[in-house]
Amino acid sequence: MLLIKCPYCDETLPELEFAYAGEAHITRPPTPAEASDEEWRDFLFIRSNVKGAHYERWRHVHGCGRFFNAVRDTVSDRFLVTYPAGGLRPAVDDVTGSSK
Amino acid sequence: MTNFRVPGKGRVDQRRPVTFSFDDKEFTAAKGDTVASALLANGVHLMGRSFKYHRPRGPVAAGSEEPNALIGTRRGKGQFEPNTRATVQEVYKGLAATSQNKFPNLKFDIGEINDKAYMLLSAGFYYKTFMWPRSFWDKVYEPFIRAAAGLGVSPTEEDPDHYASRYLHTDVLVVGAGPAGLAAARSAAEAGLRVTLVDENSEAGGTLLSEPQALIEGAPAWDWLAAELAALTDLGVKIMTRTTAIGYYHQNMVGLCEKLTDYVATPEANIPRERMWRVRAGQVILAQGALEKPLVFDGNDRPGVMLAGSAQTYLNRYGVRVGDRAVVVTSHDSAYHAAFDLVESGTAIRAIVDTRAMPPEDLVSQARIRSILVLTGHTVTGTSGRLRVKSVRVNPVRDGWVGEARELLCDCVLMSGGWTPSLHLFSHTKGSLKWDAEQQTFLPDRMTEACLIAGAGRGLWGIEAALTDGAEMGAVAARELGKPIEAKRLTVEQDRTGTGESNTELPSDLSQGKARAFVDYQNDVTAKDLRLAVREGMRSIEHVKRYTTNGMATDQGKMSNINGLNIASDALGKPQPQVGLTTFRPPYTPTSFGAFAGYHRGDHFEATRKTPIDIWAEENGAAFEPVSQWRRAWYFPRAGETMDAAVQRECKATRESVGMFDASTLGKIEVTGPDAVEFMNRMYTNPWTKLQPGRARYGLLLGDDGFIRDDGVIGRLSQDRFHVTTTTGGAARVLNMMEDYLQTEWPDLKVWLTSTTEQWATIALNGPNARKVIEPFVEGLDISAEAFPHMSVAECTVAGFPARLFRISFTGELGFEINVPARHGLELWETLYAAGRPYDLCTYGTETMHVLRAEKGYIIVGQDTDGTVTPFDAGIGWAVGKAKPDFVGMRALKRPDLVADGRKQLVGLLTEDSTTKLEEGAQIVLDPAQPVPMKMVGHVTSSYHSVAAGRPIAMALIAGGHGRMGETVHIPMPDGVIRATVTSPVFYDPEGARLAI
Repeated sequence: MLLIKCPYCDETLPELEFAYAGEAHITRPPTPAEASDEEWRDFLFIRSNVKGAHYERWRHVHGCGRFFNAVRDTVSDRFLVTYPAGGLRPAVDDVTGSSK
Repeated sequence: MTNFRVPGKGRVDQRRPVTFSFDDKEFTAAKGDTVASALLANGVHLMGRSFKYHRPRGPVAAGSEEPNALIGTRRGKGQFEPNTRATVQEVYKGLAATSQNKFPNLKFDIGEINDKAYMLLSAGFYYKTFMWPRSFWDKVYEPFIRAAAGLGVSPTEEDPDHYASRYLHTDVLVVGAGPAGLAAARSAAEAGLRVTLVDENSEAGGTLLSEPQALIEGAPAWDWLAAELAALTDLGVKIMTRTTAIGYYHQNMVGLCEKLTDYVATPEANIPRERMWRVRAGQVILAQGALEKPLVFDGNDRPGVMLAGSAQTYLNRYGVRVGDRAVVVTSHDSAYHAAFDLVESGTAIRAIVDTRAMPPEDLVSQARIRSILVLTGHTVTGTSGRLRVKSVRVNPVRDGWVGEARELLCDCVLMSGGWTPSLHLFSHTKGSLKWDAEQQTFLPDRMTEACLIAGAGRGLWGIEAALTDGAEMGAVAARELGKPIEAKRLTVEQDRTGTGESNTELPSDLSQGKARAFVDYQNDVTAKDLRLAVREGMRSIEHVKRYTTNGMATDQGKMSNINGLNIASDALGKPQPQVGLTTFRPPYTPTSFGAFAGYHRGDHFEATRKTPIDIWAEENGAAFEPVSQWRRAWYFPRAGETMDAAVQRECKATRESVGMFDASTLGKIEVTGPDAVEFMNRMYTNPWTKLQPGRARYGLLLGDDGFIRDDGVIGRLSQDRFHVTTTTGGAARVLNMMEDYLQTEWPDLKVWLTSTTEQWATIALNGPNARKVIEPFVEGLDISAEAFPHMSVAECTVAGFPARLFRISFTGELGFEINVPARHGLELWETLYAAGRPYDLCTYGTETMHVLRAEKGYIIVGQDTDGTVTPFDAGIGWAVGKAKPDFVGMRALKRPDLVADGRKQLVGLLTEDSTTKLEEGAQIVLDPAQPVPMKMVGHVTSSYHSVAAGRPIAMALIAGGHGRMGETVHIPMPDGVIRATVTSPVFYDPEGARLAI
């Protein structure tokens, strides 16, 4: 069972309290009516499926209830960093560096 | 009966005999025995039959790695466990153990015919043999394979034992309480850390239990052990025996399975059988030692052939000689010590057969002093004996040539192919291994967790080395956790270190094609099978493993993996590190389902949610059905009434007068805040801005992919407050989705979302007399048809309780839904039930609710929709706001594939014979004469007998359905094709006149 740090509670807690919520930094086009079919397709379906640092969303569903972002290494299944929803996407080098 | 117990030897209590049975025969054990040691003490080696060839087998090991001696144990009804290792199962008074894989009995087994047919049953046999003819699979091959497959027999009765589950947080977890583990625990504990020390055996000590001759700091090993355990206890170390670390999971979580009753004659009633611990440790120290390897030669599986180190354990720990006349075959020094110990206890050693040309001189001379014949540079080429080994055939080997054989008579063969570090748990962490060419074994390399390995687990041999390394690793762990300490050094005399060499199958003068040289005893995989797999094109070790099943049995290759690797690497002509090991996975040893389930069984498997009115339904004889986690009243049968009859009566009573329904399970979400209306506009398809407070509307929720997710009536209580209802099963999902959009897409909106599902009890009254029943109880509100029309909502008082009253209908009749605080729900229900008597008020359940709504063509999300249905497909496009700039799912509804022709659309279906009720889920075709497989165009989603329509009705999703009104479609069923006409899904009161009463 993974340990996950909720950036709002500022506590590292067991995975049981959290729910995965898909890839992070997928922006819903601000004016959907103007989005092209391709843009909307990408928003709905196209995901990166990376091997390595994956930007993803989690919800502290059995805790504070907040959605937040995380970078997890899909090879080691280790969380590199978690940060609030709406936060800037950290560079891969920064988070892998900080995990050492 | 022969007695192989050595008086005064071992740690078992020979003065306390314990009786148990094996295959219905009574045996006497000593307190502290395992089933294996007790049977060996009685001269019994034959304990089971092998899986594939049904060959007679006895124990080859003395611990949890045992592949052969698998037994069933029974304590009482439902307390049967198959495949228990006799080497681990402790004897208690009254234990009933049975052998496995035999018919009619262990000594004469019909399945042994497989052994004679071994030439046919080689690797890949199943893949090659059962390919054709195709039609034979169902009738011949599969039943045959199923009957022959499997080890032991699964229990069929419910397990009456209970199982517990605990969490544990510890600074240092030490796995293995041998010398390395003990020393590691000591260091860490002296540094002031919380230490947990676990061992799968019944007592701590590991190797020390089998090597009493060692002197640690001048004290005999067992005296030192007792003092050390006392010291650890004083330091607060939590010592857990009979506790197996079954898996090493992420971030230093280790699963432990602790056995609490399987060794006790009469367990206390409240004690769980097993307890699963989930341990989170700051540092984990793996001190699991090493496992001895068998040698691979023809007939190395006969009862009586076992590991030399295990024979030493049986002697020193259990006081049991494994035979009278032993031949020792070895490629490692350690077997010499086993031979010496046995000689001292009265077992004759016919010879030590060493595969090495030049074993250490001092060992050879020690053997000579004891008059033991040492045959160096020899190989073993066969054994004889059916139910017990009788002789062993040995040959000299010179420069690769196998010389003339000689036969050595014996009743046991003690073999040692050297030792393999036990790295199973380490492998769970995906830590990498590196090949050690000198020791011819894999050793731990790169760690992925806060994990240390001590002692033989990293290739350090002997008690002193283990103690030293353990103490050091304990100190390293302490340092990592910020509590530096100096590691202590202990001196050990009469330590037994040694070296050896590694082999593939031993050389032979006989045809290797006929040799039965087992590598994996439990799955009956021979050296020949492995070489065949390579010849047949398997290159990856993973393929070799799966093709031969080497290492795939319940022992997970604890003994076979390295021998299998050596042979595969030889056959492939590649060095071992290039071939690599297969992956070990949890659990380390077979673990009961009960331990994993813990408390989550029976009524505790899943929560059962009950409404405040549930008790009334139970007392009034309701039949229940589960709906997500809720228990809901399904129908209220009268005495002797069938479900169909009850539902028809409930439907009729509701349509003719009034029915009452417990709708408390509906999901409810309070949406409040200055931006509540904007939020609702964005979440739901409908327009909400013009909905006045006091009015309600059917709300439809899509995903951003345009497909229906949920629906429900939503009332606006004030400008900034909505009472949202969701489907029973969708409540949590909808709230999660709302939170997601609110928190992450529109964090600027000032809106608060609160789940109120369980705060309200909801009672629905439907039928032309519904108003008459509730009107006398309503205060502060005029509920006349004019003042409180269909789709109204208001706060008022009902029967003295504060209420939110909706005038809505899911039946097509005049309907009200009364929400009162949950604590008043039951009283209000009883009040209304009594008041409804003059109108023959009828309580109804979910089945009638389903029928009544289907008669009106109202959809159930998840039944009539399946996650690929848009509002237009479902025929409820009217609920989609056309003028809104955005809502969740709006853009997707314009995607090309969502507006394309031929999408499946929701329609009604009426069977042409007017009497046949279609089956829900039945597939629909246009042309019943087409060849199989037919082209399906849709399926039946809902189907009921309708009293109101006087015939069966159905709803279906059919490709292009809205354009097929009046067409005939066909539903092929096992006993004939049913014809049905496509219609509107509204079967009753299409004008909605009855809603306006």
